[in-house]
Amino acid sequence: MANTGADSAMFPGLPETGAAAPVRPAEKVPLRRSALVRVTHWMNALGFIGLVISGVAILLAHPRLYWGETGAVGMPSLLDLPLPFMLTGQSGWGRYLHFLSAWVCVIAGGIYVLHGTATRRFARDFAGQTEPPKYSMLQRLTYFAVVIFLFPLVVWTGLAMSPAIASVFPFMVTVFGGQQSARTVHFAVACLLVCFFLAHVVMVTATGFVANMRGMIQGRES
Amino acid sequence: MSGKISRRKLITAGLSTAAGAAGLVAAERIANRYGLIPPDHDGLYGAGETLTYASQRLLTAHASMAREFTRRDISPVFPVNGPVPARAAYQRLLATEFSDWRLIVDGLVERPARFSLDQVKSYPSRTQITEHTCEEGWSIIAEWTGVPVSYVLDLVGASPRARYVVFFPFDDAWESIDMEDARHPQTLLAYGMNGGVIPAEHGAPLRLRVARQLGYKSVKYLSHVLVTDTLKNIGKGLGSASPEVGYAWYAGI
Repeated sequence: MANTGADSAMFPGLPETGAAAPVRPAEKVPLRRSALVRVTHWMNALGFIGLVISGVAILLAHPRLYWGETGAVGMPSLLDLPLPFMLTGQSGWGRYLHFLSAWVCVIAGGIYVLHGTATRRFARDFAGQTEPPKYSMLQRLTYFAVVIFLFPLVVWTGLAMSPAIASVFPFMVTVFGGQQSARTVHFAVACLLVCFFLAHVVMVTATGFVANMRGMIQGRES
Repeated sequence: MSGKISRRKLITAGLSTAAGAAGLVAAERIANRYGLIPPDHDGLYGAGETLTYASQRLLTAHASMAREFTRRDISPVFPVNGPVPARAAYQRLLATEFSDWRLIVDGLVERPARFSLDQVKSYPSRTQITEHTCEEGWSIIAEWTGVPVSYVLDLVGASPRARYVVFFPFDDAWESIDMEDARHPQTLLAYGMNGGVIPAEHGAPLRLRVARQLGYKSVKYLSHVLVTDTLKNIGKGLGSASPEVGYAWYAGI
């Protein structure tokens, strides 16, 4: 598990010590990425894409958001998305795929976080415990916003929409002021995660797609 | 030397595969015994369903109660999905205010029975104001009055071998629930809604209420309740009509 080189899983090819650093540090510091990070990365990528596709399929059955406990056609809405109401059965496979993908992400993400914590990789790379810090402040903030805040929040609000889970942990839904609020927050967080995903893909492409892909597949960029 | 390493790797891989396979078989046996495998467990989606169902069954093992609300919270609207059954049998009963309607309860029971609506209404009732969550995404709050399914199961002497209760309506949307949900205190055979009788479009004369699952599990227009230890020979063997059209059997979500 020796992790000597740059492991910029979230920010491939970005300057590692801030804006003043050379543009392609990976050429100087050979990148090595453990198999565990690579495997969980692609599991999460697959799971995330599954979640987005199935999330849209589920949303299309009722593309309208509410605030509070309840909400239905005939009640005031918070936001009417410019999408058609599609009651053509796609929410059935949508939900099957959503939960399968969620389990993939929960398992892969859980392994990744446990590994990152146990090997102190998180502390080293992202809490800025190295001198100089491995990533810029902006990179670290983004990372923490996504991993520590957005991921748990999207899981939390997803679980809050489950009547069975809410019967065991009512506070999970009451903390948002109701089931429809949890649904709206779930949607908003999902949108932020999609933005993050797109930014991530743009960066991967802009900083050398082939080398970056090789780095995340083979563990080395060259 | 590299041959030695690869042989060691091969043995390790072989042993861990065997251990993994044995572990899976053991896990399946245990999961089956404790009722942690849903009837629509086949295929790739079935893996996700099984994880969801099993983990929720472990979490809800102590009869967790769905949240209940006050009369003030009752929603001003209640959308209706699907028409009232068109079958002549139902239309005739509807026209005569269900005076000849009977609920058949049979299967793994000591005393199969046919209950009239008045009989059902004479049993100890429970009134609850709960949230109805539609799989489409909307949700509303309504008040329900009915007899707990658990009471009826005791009345007919349901066998300890029974694992599921199947609910057949006057249309094709039959469903089944496991014993944990069937015995749950908030699982009702409801005849009252928001202080009055259930209107036809909401499932008259009697409908199921499963408070801890999505709305589609709460079958309307009931005619027959079957107590069983297996769902394999009913319909396509997937547990209910929902998986046959692509919707999950377990909808605790």
